[in-house]
Amino acid sequence: MSAPAESPHPAASARISPKLGGATASGAATPAGPGPAPHQQNGPAQSQMQVPSGYGVHPQNYIAPSGHYPQGPGKMTSLPLDSQCGDYYSGLYTVPTQNVVTPNTANQQPGAQHMYGRGPSAPHIVGSTPGSFQGATSPTLHLHTSAAQRYSHFVNHYSSPAMYSANSSVASQGFPSTCAHYAMSTVSTAAYPSVSYPSLPAGDPYGQQMFTSQNAPTVRPLRENSFSDHSTAISHPSPLPPPPSHQYHQPQSLSGCSTLSWSASGLPSTQHNIVRNHTGSLATANSNSTNTVTDSLSCPVMQNVQPLKSSPVVSTVLSGASSTRTPPAANRPVEPVASVTQPSELLQQKGVDSSSTTSSASPMPNSYDALEGGSYPDMLSSSASSPAPDPAPEPDPAPAPAPASSAPQPSKMTKPFGYGYPTLQPGYQNATAPPNSGVPPSSPGYSGFQPYAQQYPGMNQLSSGLGGLSLQSSPQPESLRPINLTQERNILPVTPVWAPVPNLNLDLKKLNCSPDSFRCTLTNIPQTQALLNKAKLPLGLLLHPFRDLTQLPVITSNTIVRCRSCRTYINPFVSFIDQRRWKCNLCYRVNDVPEEFMYNPLTRSYGEPHKRPEVQNSTVEFIASSDYMLRPPQPAVYLFVLDVSHNAVEAGYLTILCQSLLENLDKLPGDSRTRIGFMTFDSTIHFYNLQEGLSQPQMLIVSDIDDVFLPTPDSLLVNLYESKELIKDLLNALPNMFTNTRETHSALGPALQAAFKLMSPTGGRVSVFQTQLPSLGAGLLQSREDPNQRSSTKVVQHLGPATDFYKKLALDCSGQQTAVDLFLLSSQYSDLASLACMSKYSAGCIYYYPSFHYTHNPSQAEKLQKDLKRYLTRKIGFEAVMRIRCTKGLSMHTFHGNFFVRSTDLLSLANINPDAGFAVQLSIEENLTDTSLVCFQTALLYTSSKGERRIRVHTLCLPVVSSLADVYAGVDVQAAICLLANMAVDRSVSSSLSDARDALVNAVVDSLSAYGSMVSNLQHSALIAPSSLKLFPLYVLALLKQKAFRTGTSTRLDDRVYAMCQIKCQPLVHLMKMIHPNLYRIDRLTDEGAIHVNDKVVPQPPLQKLSAEKLTREGAFLMDCGSVFYIWIGKSCDNHFIEDVLGYPNFASIPQKMTHLPELDTLSSERARSFITWLRDNRPLSPILHVVKDESPAKTEFFQHLIEDRTEAAFSYYEFLLHIQHQICK
Amino acid sequence: LIRFPPHFPFSLLFLPTSPFVWYPLWSIIAFDELRTDFKNPIDQGNPRERLKNIERICCLLRKLVVPEYSIHGLFCLMFLCAAEWVTLGLNIPLLFYHLWRYFHRPADGSEVMYDAVSIMNADILNYCQKESWCKLAFYLLSFFYYLYSMVYTLVSF
Repeated sequence: MSAPAESPHPAASARISPKLGGATASGAATPAGPGPAPHQQNGPAQSQMQVPSGYGVHPQNYIAPSGHYPQGPGKMTSLPLDSQCGDYYSGLYTVPTQNVVTPNTANQQPGAQHMYGRGPSAPHIVGSTPGSFQGATSPTLHLHTSAAQRYSHFVNHYSSPAMYSANSSVASQGFPSTCAHYAMSTVSTAAYPSVSYPSLPAGDPYGQQMFTSQNAPTVRPLRENSFSDHSTAISHPSPLPPPPSHQYHQPQSLSGCSTLSWSASGLPSTQHNIVRNHTGSLATANSNSTNTVTDSLSCPVMQNVQPLKSSPVVSTVLSGASSTRTPPAANRPVEPVASVTQPSELLQQKGVDSSSTTSSASPMPNSYDALEGGSYPDMLSSSASSPAPDPAPEPDPAPAPAPASSAPQPSKMTKPFGYGYPTLQPGYQNATAPPNSGVPPSSPGYSGFQPYAQQYPGMNQLSSGLGGLSLQSSPQPESLRPINLTQERNILPVTPVWAPVPNLNLDLKKLNCSPDSFRCTLTNIPQTQALLNKAKLPLGLLLHPFRDLTQLPVITSNTIVRCRSCRTYINPFVSFIDQRRWKCNLCYRVNDVPEEFMYNPLTRSYGEPHKRPEVQNSTVEFIASSDYMLRPPQPAVYLFVLDVSHNAVEAGYLTILCQSLLENLDKLPGDSRTRIGFMTFDSTIHFYNLQEGLSQPQMLIVSDIDDVFLPTPDSLLVNLYESKELIKDLLNALPNMFTNTRETHSALGPALQAAFKLMSPTGGRVSVFQTQLPSLGAGLLQSREDPNQRSSTKVVQHLGPATDFYKKLALDCSGQQTAVDLFLLSSQYSDLASLACMSKYSAGCIYYYPSFHYTHNPSQAEKLQKDLKRYLTRKIGFEAVMRIRCTKGLSMHTFHGNFFVRSTDLLSLANINPDAGFAVQLSIEENLTDTSLVCFQTALLYTSSKGERRIRVHTLCLPVVSSLADVYAGVDVQAAICLLANMAVDRSVSSSLSDARDALVNAVVDSLSAYGSMVSNLQHSALIAPSSLKLFPLYVLALLKQKAFRTGTSTRLDDRVYAMCQIKCQPLVHLMKMIHPNLYRIDRLTDEGAIHVNDKVVPQPPLQKLSAEKLTREGAFLMDCGSVFYIWIGKSCDNHFIEDVLGYPNFASIPQKMTHLPELDTLSSERARSFITWLRDNRPLSPILHVVKDESPAKTEFFQHLIEDRTEAAFSYYEFLLHIQHQICK
Repeated sequence: LIRFPPHFPFSLLFLPTSPFVWYPLWSIIAFDELRTDFKNPIDQGNPRERLKNIERICCLLRKLVVPEYSIHGLFCLMFLCAAEWVTLGLNIPLLFYHLWRYFHRPADGSEVMYDAVSIMNADILNYCQKESWCKLAFYLLSFFYYLYSMVYTLVSF
């Protein structure tokens, strides 16, 4: 009952006027008289007390301070209250019924206060004064950075929208690039249907040269003009710096390696050979003179510009940017980094935050304020984000790839690959090829289709000649090199596996979306469903749409240009038919170019729609107009629902939570409208009135859990800034308020219902902290786990929810734009399978801390603390919807992740957070014979925490192929594994775990046997896989040994379900670490191959395969499992290492539980710590570290991650291969 | 044992069969409604309404399941009693399909089928839609078959 806000409950509504408080309370209890039973007290009466700590024990305390009532909401007559309390307590010990709790505030926790002193931390300033920060703020930013995981150079970005819009309506910092495109438009239109293959000489598959070389002269002058134009025109310092960085970034990050290979292919093979034999730096030297010229031309300009105008931060940015030639992800060992760059730059570049992303290292905490502005820390320097591919950068990469290639690559390929499938490590070697001089990369953008189309003949021939004849002296694409799995002992590359780059032409590659946000399992889309079926590979997309980005063009424009029939946003892959019309690349409808779009604010020129930032970037963000709102953008609203039953108090999470909240209260994303509220529950539900003006927080207790209502709907969610003092008081008091509670029940369901009611008018985020099975009221659950079945090999039951209460609740919440995030901190079984539904369908996220205890399990406590920090401060988008569109002929089915599917292509996301990943399965409904490209577009419409409606659009473009070999060549094995994992989770819930396991094995068997039958000339006895798929069996085996799918090993049901939840909602990068951890040997770290990040040298030890054979007793190993690090110390590990790094004299003295590395002033300690810090900085949730001694009992946990080894219940890798082989032969 | 006259089931079933055809038709319409997401310029319909709509349709679909299955079961029972082996043979596959569908429902939750959270996944939606079309065809054919049989028995009687 007690529906919406206005008239919640007869009793409660009466209570809104404070004066009536006590009296009505007793009146409300009337139905059965003021009885002792708690549920009879419908109305929350309010009493007040001074000493919260004591009340649990002595009910009398409450009554005693009655003198204070006047402070409270009610000048209640104490009489009814007394009686009520008396009755209540007589019946029910601890639970304070209606109390106004006066938390002993400020003095209690002085520590909390000083946090505020830090107060308006850097990001805040930035946010509030966009545009002004250049010099002044950026230093401050530096101060706070150390903790931030992500760095963004471009503080300036924040202002950019504003500034730009001042100049014009377009905000992004695009550089005018490839000006020549347009000239070619006629060509492009003609070419697009891809009819025009033959026009090129067969010998040259990559027709670009011809085009480009012709156009080059014209292009270059143009560009330069525009460039200078740009720099002069815009006097703002801030907007400028970004562009260069963009430019430089992109060539290397995305296309860097592969791009080159393409262009290189055009070269005479001789040159190839030369290059191949040289180290990276040499290669650059070889690179054509023309390149260097362009390089020098463009570089100086930018560099000069920036330092001048930008603040210190910016300048670092710059250098970082220009240095971008460093591989975007530090994982690529960047050894003798481009000899071209200056040393100082070098350092900066290495500031590159590894995780495949930021090449920018600026100290901006990864927090909302800064982020909202459009400067997105932690993003990749993807070509995607590059606003305008300046033609110049193309030649530039010359130096860039070189370093990359110089990376130590054990698995060095012997063959040159002119072919552009740099899927795996080896592929990067292509980069060595000197960027072709003849190919000013600025090959006309839109005419791009033509060259593109032309590469196909080459490709087809390649594939047909799979046996090894190829045009450019490259026998066959590296990714197709057959590998005999059973004989290849070291299948795992020494460096991290990279996403394959789609085999597109240079320009498209440059423009394409970064693989970190958008990946497809097949980078070559098969032409027909039949072909796909033949390949037996899963086809799908993996999305990480809301990733933290360092650079993101933000576009403010009156009209957002979209296709009129399919509503696709204009993107780099559309074709302009003429000046006034463009052709949608998804539905092929021809649309008009609106007048406003004709004007390019960057160049201030008219009639160049193809140079608009929307068309130059595959990842852009639009500021949406009011057309995109159904209601005014909602404020940020946060509600915390906390379990305070005995179990919870015992675990002690409240202290950690309140502490983190106090520390991060100012960093919660939001604007001045931000609202916050708290509820606690055990067997009753407690609300906290934090209305401004009260002298202290009031606790309102609703004990009628069968029919929950809101006592004072208006004052439970309060403005964060107006009631900050009260909130702090409450947070300081909360950990001690329930210390003596003996209430063991948990009424989670009713509390959630109340939370839903509270949130429905606005929507927002509900964070639920739960420590046990809900045992009262709606949604109560029974224990379903049979501990004896934990290691059963047969059936694993109860993977699905026990009740649909939580699912329905989640749907209701989703309808009201409310997301429920679950923190489960339990020591025993809590039926996560049921509870998780509340987050799954409301687009929340799930955190699970098994056997959490703040003293007994300090590592979990630390993890919670760090997770909370990230959770509270990360960016958030409200009332979001995500629509995924794809080229006509493809269709999506089955989505994976946390959301509600509102329509066949529309996901409803009440909240979106930067750590959420999604997966989509695709099928090919119509043959794609008449197209050579397919595109996918994800549009995420959300309300930022600043109350802006924004649309983030990612567009991915992939080639279509017609031969099976090409399909195999383009497999992205990591994406495929992640998609398979998602599908397997579905299967295990809907069918059974063993079904899912069989399906996983069958996926390998089918695809490998399909490949085997394709290359029929090879002997059948061997297990042959294409190089692109060589890790497939290993990863599948890893999946089978994953907590989610393993059988035979004792696995608690909740752990299993949590692993499944993670598989469903983690983005690919994190998921891969979880599936296949990285193992490094760390007792002999050297600076060889080290990269530099923030002036620190980060060693890059090679990856070891996950097998005990690699663990020598003399060594120490670090295993990176994503959410946890293990350091395994061998028995006879060098004492020097133990002493220098761990701080103990010898192996025996290392304690059993060790979760930190001491800060010792030795070289090896420094190296180890910088390496671990670097690994940590790459992920949102800071993992905890366990030092595992060889003999300690904890080592089983470590050893279960060694997936290549045999366990009692599972195959070793080799056995698994034999098993597959056997299955194939069958 | 009651001995039905040979034409009994047909004459009896002729009447209920005609509305029976409507079940799959309703489902088809419902699925179609689910599928058409009015493409408004806003890119999002009112989430609340849309969700309610989906839940309503799913609820309706679920309500249809039991009557349809039970009536069909009843038919089969009658054919059995009337010893109409051929007709029974035609219907048995569908009967088994119904039984399988009913008992092999998704493991999560107590809801039979047509779960609001998963119905919008295109593969499930496609499956349901195809199923409805097939059933519609089957019911239509059997309708005419019953009609023919009834007339035949009446004439030959």
